[in-house]
Amino acid sequence: MRKVETVDLDAWFGSNHVLHDVSLTARPGSVTAIIGPSGCGKSTLIRCLNRMHEEVRGARVEGKVLFDGTDIYGTDVDPVAVRRRIGMVFQRPNPFPTMSILDNATAGLRLSGERIPRSKLTERGERALRAAGLWDEVKDRLDEPGGRLSGGQQQRLCIARALAVEPEVILLDEPASALDPASTLRIEELVGDLKERYTIVIVTHNMQQAARVSDWTLFMLFGEVVEFGPTEKVFTTPDDKRTEDYVTGRFG
Amino acid sequence: MSEPTVVLGAGAPARVRRSRLIDRGFRGTTLVVGLGLIALLALLLVELTTGAWRTFDRFGLHFFVGTSWNPVAGREAFGALPFIFGSLVTSGVAIVIGVPIAVGLALLLNQVRGAIANPLAVFVDILAAIPSVVYGLWALFVLKPILDSSVEPFLIGTLGKVPAIGAVFHGKAQGPDLFTAGVILAIMILPIVTAVSREVIAVVPRDLREAALALGATRYESVRLAVLPYARSGIVGASMLGLGRALGETIAVSLVVGNTPRIGWSLMDPGATIPSWIASSFREATSVGLHRSALLALAVTLVVMAFILALLSRLLVRRTAELVSGPSANVPVTQGVLPTAG
Repeated sequence: MRKVETVDLDAWFGSNHVLHDVSLTARPGSVTAIIGPSGCGKSTLIRCLNRMHEEVRGARVEGKVLFDGTDIYGTDVDPVAVRRRIGMVFQRPNPFPTMSILDNATAGLRLSGERIPRSKLTERGERALRAAGLWDEVKDRLDEPGGRLSGGQQQRLCIARALAVEPEVILLDEPASALDPASTLRIEELVGDLKERYTIVIVTHNMQQAARVSDWTLFMLFGEVVEFGPTEKVFTTPDDKRTEDYVTGRFG
Repeated sequence: MSEPTVVLGAGAPARVRRSRLIDRGFRGTTLVVGLGLIALLALLLVELTTGAWRTFDRFGLHFFVGTSWNPVAGREAFGALPFIFGSLVTSGVAIVIGVPIAVGLALLLNQVRGAIANPLAVFVDILAAIPSVVYGLWALFVLKPILDSSVEPFLIGTLGKVPAIGAVFHGKAQGPDLFTAGVILAIMILPIVTAVSREVIAVVPRDLREAALALGATRYESVRLAVLPYARSGIVGASMLGLGRALGETIAVSLVVGNTPRIGWSLMDPGATIPSWIASSFREATSVGLHRSALLALAVTLVVMAFILALLSRLLVRRTAELVSGPSANVPVTQGVLPTAG
């Protein structure tokens, strides 16, 4: 079973060729980690998976990204529709500062065109906040602005916001790198809970984190895939010498 | 450099002592200039108020609510209300028409770059450089005939027939009117409102726009969801700057507004604004009697309105900025407008 699959994916920023022939497979019910040193193209790769890459001026993609077998870069595919089914959480928590906690959680729902009654909206917001493990902390102050939460809570609010639109895939771009260790742990536990229902791809520069949360690991260097396989194998008996050097901390 | 950069105590080398002297000299100069500016403003207010004093003394607060204006000696009556009304109405029309266009332009200039945006940005900036008398002449000879022949008859024929708001668009299309003055003011405030809005929209964090897009927002939805709420305080500030400009505009308004002191519902009737009235009647005003003093009192009224406006805009900008940065952050206005992106 393959939920998301890239085939010979190349990406550019202007004339800067940042991804070379990347092939990645993400399976449902599993977590796929993308690791590698800074600037190796991890974030670019994950941003290609829901067509966020093209939002940067001069950015360009070649190759295919198959989602349930359909190329999301096909000519008749609407990026807006793609992003509704492939959600994303960013490195820095970015709740909408002028919206309340509940409004943040339901922001994506209120976009979707169909009119959802208020009560239904609240219900789905609560469900998303519960799924993100935030409900108990915010249930008494749903009307407060989202920006008033702590960094870790804000990040879980962003996860709730992504979950509320009921995507099938969740992309996490270094979701814990701006957080303290305790909040990081909570996010990691959450990733473990969520993988039963979603296909998860996570970018991280923290190798322990990749080892802890992921089932599959893709190691990149200079925009190329060095090794892709089950996390345990990549971290214990990698095929490539460079992978071994990296995961044992000899460089990076 | 090999010299130590920090030298404490009396043994400082000559170079350091000299630069300290320059430092002190610079601070002194800026202080004098700054205080001078305040003194100048104070002097202006004192001059205006003393000149206007005879009028205030005679009419008191009735000056602000009186509706008749008669400089004929013996039957003198001076009331500022029609002019306050005219100023507020024309500026209001300018804001209602100008701000949405300016914000739209600012969004366009930010989001759509390249072939169209750059020439358009230059064009908008050039609008700011055109002298207001040229706007006035253009309004009189080009804009007004167009409005009179097409836009105004249309408004009178459609909105004018709607019950409650119909009165606002009632009347005849020909002749000078408040509406034309409002339209020309809208064009005149466009550059400043656009320029400031463009800047505040440009500093909306990428993060927020991407957050909206990643949720499956269309381009328009991402603007509504992430960009506008964040830039709101800045856009309010920009509108206030535009309003300030509109309130003070003299010659362009004077050419098309009709200079008829009048209070009424319809935008299609002539009126007079404070600056247009001062400009058009100062030459006939002699120091005999109260006429000149009354015009100075009008000027004081305008200054007071501008002050209230400035105060109000600071409050508004701060209030909306708080929503973005949290109530605890008692930030200066500029920082509220441009929140730090870390």
